[in-house]
Amino acid sequence: MSTEAPPSGKKQAQVATETLDEVVVRFAGDSGDGMQLTGTQFTSTSARLGNDLATLPDFPAEIRAPAGTLPGVSAFQVRIADYDIHTPGHRPDVLIAMNPAALKKSIADLKPNGILIANTDEFKAGNLKKAGYEVNPLEDDSLAGYRVHTAEITTMTMRALEDSPLDGRAKNRSKNFFALGMVYWLFSRPMDTSIAWLEKKFKNRPEIAEANVMAMKAGFNFCDITQIFQTRYEVDPAQLPPGTYRNIMGNSAVSMGLIAASRRSGLPLFLGSYPITPASDILHELSRYKTFGVTTFQAEDEIAAVCASIGAAFGGALAVTTTSGPGLALKAEAINLAMIVELPLVICNVQRGGPSTGLPTKTEQSDLLQAMFGRNGESPMPVVAASSPSDSFDATLEACRIATKYMVPVILLTDGYIANGSEPWLLPKVEDLPDLRVDFWTDAEGFAPYRRDEKTLARPWAIPGTPGLEHRVGGLEKEDISGNVSYDPDNHQRMTDLRAAKVAGIADDIPELEVHGDVDAPILILGWGSTHGSITGGVNIMRAAGQKVARAHLRHLNPFPRNLGEVLSRFDHVLVPEMNGGQLALLLQGRYLKKIDSFCKVEGKPFFRDEIIQKVKEITGSEHVN
Amino acid sequence: MSTELPVLTRKDFQSDQEVRWCPGCGDYAILKSVQTVLPKLGIAKEKVVVISGIGCSSRFPYYMDTYGFHTIHGRAPAIATGLKISRPELDVWVATGDGDAMSIGGNHLIHLLRRNVGLKVLLFNNRIYGLTKGQYSPTSERGKRTKSTPIGSLDNPFNPLALALGAGATFVARSVDIFQKHLQGVLVEAAEHRGTAFIEIYQNCNIFNDKAFEFMTEKAIRDEQTLHLEDGQPLIYGKEKNRGIRFNGGELESFVLGEEGSQDDCVVWNAKAPNPAIAFLLAQAGPPDFPTPIGILRSIEQAAYEDQVVGQIEHEIETKGDGKLEDLLYSGEVWTVGNGDDASA
Repeated sequence: MSTEAPPSGKKQAQVATETLDEVVVRFAGDSGDGMQLTGTQFTSTSARLGNDLATLPDFPAEIRAPAGTLPGVSAFQVRIADYDIHTPGHRPDVLIAMNPAALKKSIADLKPNGILIANTDEFKAGNLKKAGYEVNPLEDDSLAGYRVHTAEITTMTMRALEDSPLDGRAKNRSKNFFALGMVYWLFSRPMDTSIAWLEKKFKNRPEIAEANVMAMKAGFNFCDITQIFQTRYEVDPAQLPPGTYRNIMGNSAVSMGLIAASRRSGLPLFLGSYPITPASDILHELSRYKTFGVTTFQAEDEIAAVCASIGAAFGGALAVTTTSGPGLALKAEAINLAMIVELPLVICNVQRGGPSTGLPTKTEQSDLLQAMFGRNGESPMPVVAASSPSDSFDATLEACRIATKYMVPVILLTDGYIANGSEPWLLPKVEDLPDLRVDFWTDAEGFAPYRRDEKTLARPWAIPGTPGLEHRVGGLEKEDISGNVSYDPDNHQRMTDLRAAKVAGIADDIPELEVHGDVDAPILILGWGSTHGSITGGVNIMRAAGQKVARAHLRHLNPFPRNLGEVLSRFDHVLVPEMNGGQLALLLQGRYLKKIDSFCKVEGKPFFRDEIIQKVKEITGSEHVN
Repeated sequence: MSTELPVLTRKDFQSDQEVRWCPGCGDYAILKSVQTVLPKLGIAKEKVVVISGIGCSSRFPYYMDTYGFHTIHGRAPAIATGLKISRPELDVWVATGDGDAMSIGGNHLIHLLRRNVGLKVLLFNNRIYGLTKGQYSPTSERGKRTKSTPIGSLDNPFNPLALALGAGATFVARSVDIFQKHLQGVLVEAAEHRGTAFIEIYQNCNIFNDKAFEFMTEKAIRDEQTLHLEDGQPLIYGKEKNRGIRFNGGELESFVLGEEGSQDDCVVWNAKAPNPAIAFLLAQAGPPDFPTPIGILRSIEQAAYEDQVVGQIEHEIETKGDGKLEDLLYSGEVWTVGNGDDASA
């Protein structure tokens, strides 16, 4: 597979072409400038060219914050590489700033001598003032350390669309595609993926598709003719394991994982949900999959959403509710009901910055303890975490497997970073997916609602409509085996112990924790959830530099893998990076009495690889680190 | 189908659990009515599910030998909705009280009604919190002195029927715990309704709010204080059938037949009227100037929510075909690595 020459009709400008092993590009502009779309298009094209990639969207919680202001800036960062990468990178090599506010927010991140593309049309007095610039930064020496390329992107877009039937406002909205065309030129990418996408997306509004294609081509040709860049770049395809790939975002992977679990279990999928950032896309996506027999129910609130799912689980559906932190708090009482009546339920919490409403569009891992303990009484529940956008698919299947096999609600944790971030996904073969077939109880002989399977301690799933199995369940403590209401003290102790033993026993049904890297290293970096990419990236760099370091990643937060204590005991230092105040560290220290080096960050952003490397350096005092 | 079913009796719907309401509680009478009616509906017992929230009335499922779910406070309508949507063939009943349904679960109730999910909602209205031992409820009359309002409550009460009508309910009725025959008649009508059937049942709590409905249940005055709504019949009441209900301007008024007007002046009852205006007036009518209406205030046909949910899914499958997991996973932009193939869209 090789990068094709761009389909340019114009004469090729005399510029050098340089091949890079990786590059980080950040598109930044006003919320209304379409930066998420622009970034996604660049991502899709790069994916099709075979690059490995990782993306990081960063947008405000407001739909349209005041135009031109700092809070209104929306950005999309993508890192593309010719090798296996794990994060969207920290500092961009290329920054596209569609207005002064976007420049102000991102310029400090741009690498020294990095490329800045600025839309000069927006660098006028009003916007400069809104962004807090007294002097136009494009006109003083403040950007001397960068390769600055200015272009009248708005003006040129309008000019390119002179003959378009669209009104001025609609034409103006195409300027992101002009910028995209410029970046396509800079990175020697073909435009056909985006053209095909536009034509499909605006099938019924061909004039919009046409305008955007025209703007994109205008941006491309502008670079071709004017030679505003001295160099063009290429990034070769990555050597990824063989197979068929697609680019995938975490929320989409959860949606597909649920469909897959429904098909592999033979149970109809029921999603009860209430819109909440950043989880709503799962509801949107599943609502489109009715041909898979999916029922999506947008409830009146978070509580009704989980309750409807519990009702569906009682009726024998693969029942799911999706939410984010504040929603999980609201659902707690109902989840506890599902726990005590021992019905299967998957609660997907796409974590975001907290507490309270917190930072709805920013990422965080601060609901781990809420997932573990955020219910009254002794309420043990399995917790499973996804570690990357594509891993969300497997994590979802695993959550569904545990829920139905053990008759227990399972909390599936993802977060805003992997929910909205994307990466190439090596598509699984359907026949290789786990078999999740479920048998409902049908035999009236000897039936008792709480007579447990000896091995799993799961109670029978006996659904309404089955003759002879009429029984009652509820939130009151129930008598062992019969399920009748019981206030007996010994029985309460027994049932509490049984519920705990059932969840603890899952440890025998999950893989042992695997240690990667140097088993004789002085330090283990132990992560969970979305820190996987930063940790892996950091460890690869440290090991390439000759430093001994090991890493391991937890998929199961409850119960922990059975060898976790033993693994921890092998290392002098255990570093746990978390986007919270040290929640996993607290669990580990409490459980294994092992001193943990907790590395916490709640800035609404994922860890950067270099931060992990720096931290390891501090702890081990190593000088081998780059 | 009914010929296949075994003949069931009231006993078939009695569970082996000891009924633990206070002696003299109105709940016993309601339980008896439900257990009497269910065998007559021609429904297989295993298809009946009773779902409740929290409160005295919500212990109801434990005493029914059907599938049952005693859930959490106020949430029975939401849980029952999920069950009914995913299993439309089940016969799902919700047992709830005035605190459960009107207070903590008010939101779920109004949304259930607007959606018209095919559930039968039995609202046990005793106008008091019983299980928590005697605080005022959202249907308690203003000025109620209770443990939590020693010098009188300040809240205006909800009128459950008016609330249900306002929320767009398609079936709204009222009955009384001790009016067994009447209650059973209403239950049968409710069972046959597609969509949500909402039944307010006046229920006496003889411990914390005794005689709350004495104004209409007391034998000596019962006929004078109760207005039976019967479809197609003029609104006439009284032991001697000597009083009627008619319009006076925009208001309903009670008048003496023969003296102040004739039977022709009476409103002829029509629960199927598309406009709920008269039902709304009747919902709020009552003492001291008016008898308390009981019976079916509203019964209109409207598509049940679960049928529409299933309809959408069936239509999608019919027009687009059964979803294939492989097609879904491999949809969109995919590319192949390793066998020399170029990227393919």
